[in-house]
Amino acid sequence: MGVMAIQGKISKISGPVVQADGVAGLEMHELTMVGEAELIGEVVRVEGETATIQVYEDTVGLKPGERVTGSGLPLAVELGPGLLMGIYDGIQRPLEVIQKMTGDFIKRGVKSPALSREAKWHFVPVAKKGSKVQGGAVLGTVQETPLFLHKIMVPPRLSGTVKSIAKEGDYLIEDTVAEIETSSGIEELKLYQRWPVREPRPYQERLEPSDPLITGQRIIDTFFPVAKGGAVAIPGGFGTGKTITSHQLAAWSDAEIIVYIGCGERGNEMTEVLLTFPEWKDPKSGRPLMERTVLIANTSNMPVSAREASIYTGVTIAEYFRDMGYNVAIMADSTSRWAEALREISGRLEEMPAEEGFPSYLSSRLGEFYERAGRVRTLNGEYGSVTLIGAVSPPGGDFSEPVTVHTKRFVRAFWALDSSLASQRHYPAINWLTSYSEYVDYVEHWWAPLTGGQWRQKTLRAMEILKREDELKEVIRLVGSEALPEPEKLVMETARLLREGFLQQNAYDPIDTYSSPEKQYKLLTSILAFHESANRAIAAGVPASKISSLPALAELAKLRMSVPSEKISIIDDFMSKLLKEIDALTEEKS
Amino acid sequence: MALPMEYNSIQRISGPLLFVEGISNVGFNELVEIRSEGGIMRRGRVLEITKDIAAVEIFEGTTGLSTTQTSVRFLGRPLTIPLSMEMLGRVFNGLGEPMDGGPPPFTEDYRDVNGLPMNPFSRDYPTQFIQTGVSAIDGMDTLVRGQKLPIFSGSGLPHNLLATQVARQATIPGEESSFAVVFAAMGIKHDEAAFFKRSFEESGALKSSAIFLNLADDPPVERLVTPRSALTFAEYLAFERDMHVLVIITDMTNYAEALREISAAREEVPSRKGYPGYMYSDFASIYERAGRIKGKKGSITQMPVLTMPNDDITHPIPDLTGYITEGQIVLDRDLHRRGIYPPINILPSLSRLMKDGIGKGKTREDHGAVASQLYSAYARSQDLRSLSAIIGEEGLTEKDRAYLKFGDAFEQRFLSQRFDENRDLEATMRLAWKMLSILPEAELTRIADHFVKQYYSRE
Repeated sequence: MGVMAIQGKISKISGPVVQADGVAGLEMHELTMVGEAELIGEVVRVEGETATIQVYEDTVGLKPGERVTGSGLPLAVELGPGLLMGIYDGIQRPLEVIQKMTGDFIKRGVKSPALSREAKWHFVPVAKKGSKVQGGAVLGTVQETPLFLHKIMVPPRLSGTVKSIAKEGDYLIEDTVAEIETSSGIEELKLYQRWPVREPRPYQERLEPSDPLITGQRIIDTFFPVAKGGAVAIPGGFGTGKTITSHQLAAWSDAEIIVYIGCGERGNEMTEVLLTFPEWKDPKSGRPLMERTVLIANTSNMPVSAREASIYTGVTIAEYFRDMGYNVAIMADSTSRWAEALREISGRLEEMPAEEGFPSYLSSRLGEFYERAGRVRTLNGEYGSVTLIGAVSPPGGDFSEPVTVHTKRFVRAFWALDSSLASQRHYPAINWLTSYSEYVDYVEHWWAPLTGGQWRQKTLRAMEILKREDELKEVIRLVGSEALPEPEKLVMETARLLREGFLQQNAYDPIDTYSSPEKQYKLLTSILAFHESANRAIAAGVPASKISSLPALAELAKLRMSVPSEKISIIDDFMSKLLKEIDALTEEKS
Repeated sequence: MALPMEYNSIQRISGPLLFVEGISNVGFNELVEIRSEGGIMRRGRVLEITKDIAAVEIFEGTTGLSTTQTSVRFLGRPLTIPLSMEMLGRVFNGLGEPMDGGPPPFTEDYRDVNGLPMNPFSRDYPTQFIQTGVSAIDGMDTLVRGQKLPIFSGSGLPHNLLATQVARQATIPGEESSFAVVFAAMGIKHDEAAFFKRSFEESGALKSSAIFLNLADDPPVERLVTPRSALTFAEYLAFERDMHVLVIITDMTNYAEALREISAAREEVPSRKGYPGYMYSDFASIYERAGRIKGKKGSITQMPVLTMPNDDITHPIPDLTGYITEGQIVLDRDLHRRGIYPPINILPSLSRLMKDGIGKGKTREDHGAVASQLYSAYARSQDLRSLSAIIGEEGLTEKDRAYLKFGDAFEQRFLSQRFDENRDLEATMRLAWKMLSILPEAELTRIADHFVKQYYSRE
């Protein structure tokens, strides 16, 4: 480093928060080594000669008087080949390596670089000697996994002339692959770069969202879509299926890269991801989904300040992949645990609390985080996006609590998980009456060719029926279902079909777990076609009960599980039969 | 290392906290010995230190301590408990000291009660079925080895009885090894403690159990250590002695109250209902000590018990617990009033790991479908029961009446069992099919036809 590191002494310890004296010059968010054990910490407050440091490891046994050493650098992540298929803790320590070093339980003061120093990567140069390059320019590529081509880029804010570039061949991560002559001298570039987690990576231009992130989940893609580069929240009490929904999105979203952050959640859930993702195959390439996934696990029993950092670690990694011109999706499960970590640290800093003990900067931190989502033109002139999906765990399932309320201000889609749906075992338990998406207008054009421009109209029609069902339920509660007029009885029947045959989706059913957009639209229009045809029958005097008892209806509700996405023409054959049966009923009458 | 210094410089005493001045070389979370007038010894740990003041929380409480007649020694290590196989069959207090009149276990092996977080990469996913012999659990909310499945109860409900029954009956079918039971009781009443000790002795389960007792009139600070002592011992049994360990922790509500009390004494900023903001992390540091490790034979399964204040499931204690544990078993006051034991309400109950622990080769191929069908049929019978209360049973169709009959039978025959009745899985499944056979065959839409053919039988 060259610079003399600033060194001082611990003067106070309170849980994960430590105060150090004699450290004038230590910077905000500077990475520090705390105590003889060299625990990793980050400066969160400076005051004269004193600095307050949040420590990312357990502080048991730490004593006043032990030394504190600054690193001169902010908390940063390593970005380069080797990120994929890895599992890291909140400050990007590789958990697999840590296991080899300290066994099955994580001991304190363990250090390991995030990216392997031994692995060799096959580098193929792209940049030419003598050419002018700037931040974001691609120097060469590494085929990191069969699914993913890793582009080795010039770090942002660097520009100059390529003085030398490595030949195609196998290199270690720390080998120099290019030399750039800049105005201030020669920079040696390696296969990886570092970037501070709390600073968004630069891009040329922010763009409006345009394409949907296709997730294969019907209620999401059809009714409450999220655009690539969008931000969405999934709030839900415990047992409403937040984690399963997050897993489904991680598994099936059509992003090129998935960053999954397990922030303060269950250890066994991360194990489930680690075990199932290598088994699940990408629908397009047939390769294991793990090959495009980065996992960050800071489970609920791991140190709380590292939980606070895990969100930033994840989003910085995502931005790095976006800079290569890829679409990246992040699942953060759960942002409430992150907010609680903020609250805990804030309490230790003896800051003035705002609502429910959360610090008053909760809202601005949430805003900063969700604003790191977006579709951009990268420094290299390509198009890339980061889509941010944040799970929220409101206490008692109460959506009026601070984290949910503030999150709502910064996301444009809201998938409200409902405990009463969950208790009816209606999954995904996304409530269609309280959820919303402002991305519908942006993605409508994407659906047009697939649906003959009918997408919006059809989804509105279906939603109308579902809303009507909700009103009618009130009536039924008072007078019983037999008292409804015939057309209303049909509304109830169609709404049931929509719920059971479209909105519900079984994550564990091999066919139902993923629905292609074509299949989604086909299922939706089939149910609507049934409704229109049955409506005509009822107008002709056919009793609703006669239609409800058609055996084919039960089958209609099960098409989602019986018809694979690539064989949806089966649905057409089935529907023409069903519609004929209904027409026959109509003709009998008239 | 130098002998620990002794300090007499007590600055102040407040609630369970004692502040010592002029200290040096004291570490965070270090164990402390406090000697008061007459040589009575207490223990505590360092909660916060500055250059010259340490805040110490005293496990045994501060009654009788003065600022002048008290001396304090810092021991230079965190609170540890001894570990040895001889501890099975014994009763300890929350700090791991014998309470049964026997000698302390003879061992050199001492371990920090706080443990270390398990590396998520080292975890192995829980998939092995545990038979508890309780139909409502085995059939509907299956417990899996390495799971943490709490009982959400209310004051006056028989959660202790149920926990004891599970502790006594839990086995893994087809395996010789039974469970070692580690039992942590926090803030429970003397007669409850006596009940536990008696039923462990009577069933002969005591010899493969260890009991860590903190009674209601014991100091609250000790309550915070009790589950950690118990889990440290459980980790030793599971991961060093290859045993399958069932840890029963009762009552987490008392634990949370102690946490709140100490937080208030430290003048911390409170969060919901006065509980500290770190209660989630604190709970997690207990619950997450359940699990399995790749390559290790043993496992830790946790069954914590908590009483929901005012039967409110959205209260912070059950709420935060539910976010960490892998499901919950909810006891119901109404079922209890109607004399049904165990009064498990299956509708809000859930076992998140059930799907991976049941089915072919584990329990029975039709298990998942049967559970799902029972669940939906029972839900329907409950809806109909409230409807029939308004319009009368005559207003119901014949099918609806079959559902009502099913609902009653399900409660009276499937849920209900005696405290000493141990039903194996086959018995539970047989009973489940008997219940389903009350319904018309066409109603069993969630079960594959060939199972219906095989098991459905009209009586």
